Amino acid sequence: MAEEILTGMLGRTSMMGRALDHVPHMKALGISFRGIDDGWVELEMAYSPDLVAYPDSGVIANGAIFALMDSTAGIAVVTGLRQSMPIATIDMRLDYLHPPAPFERLIGRAQCYKYTRSMAFVRGLAYQDSIDHPVANMVGSFVLPGAA
Amino acid sequence: MTTLEWANELRRSGRGERIETLPYAVMLGVIADHDGSDLKLIMPYRESLIGSPGRLHGGAIAGLLELAALSTLVLALPEDEPLPEIKPVTVTVDFMREGGMRDTFAAATITRLGRRIANLRAVAWQYDYSRPIAAANLNIVLARAAT
Repeated sequence: MAEEILTGMLGRTSMMGRALDHVPHMKALGISFRGIDDGWVELEMAYSPDLVAYPDSGVIANGAIFALMDSTAGIAVVTGLRQSMPIATIDMRLDYLHPPAPFERLIGRAQCYKYTRSMAFVRGLAYQDSIDHPVANMVGSFVLPGAA
Repeated sequence: MTTLEWANELRRSGRGERIETLPYAVMLGVIADHDGSDLKLIMPYRESLIGSPGRLHGGAIAGLLELAALSTLVLALPEDEPLPEIKPVTVTVDFMREGGMRDTFAAATITRLGRRIANLRAVAWQYDYSRPIAAANLNIVLARAAT
């Protein structure tokens, strides 16, 4: 079902993908747009030896997972806004539930579950094969400076 | 290389230079500052750190904060004991000011060092330590091998 929704969103998806290519740090991390599905947004971070925490371990650094989730949360906030405006992260918490499997990509999934006039609140997960087996849990808040 | 092997290397060297050998630290361009006695990390400005026009990506700043905390913790663990595995479990980052297109610094302090849990706070700044751009609270599990 998600695939059908994604196909319908193809125009939006490819536009989003092109927009993300222009974010230098996301490009450096190998982060790409994966899809939008009923309020949820997914980004994907390809495995790369450059993102590994400890040499030869193949395990992605927690810091890179944080960057993936910050990016995903930001996109979730932006896609739910009626008009485009700058946003800024106020805070973000990640709980690292178990180490990621080595040599594998990571998927970030985030939802903006509450907007106020000047704020947006997000939650999400980082996972690899199954969303039922998340690597990390995320909660965060953003300020919408233009909206206040 | 495991966390433990790396941490042992870092402790043997006794200084922060070993942080520069970690692939993710290399990707961010993070290096150790050799001035002063306390460990301080520097993330020199480079274009690949940009998240939105003119601003550093929050994830890059978070990565720098985590590296500062991990290396500070390793260097503070008792030298006469085997090093535990170091596993960050909860990491909260407050973003206070935007990170501009210039060098970023980070240093960490240990709030509490227990047997099983270490609590650290890391701060990142650009112009002045008293004007932080971000700060992180890290709760880290120390997993000791059964004896």
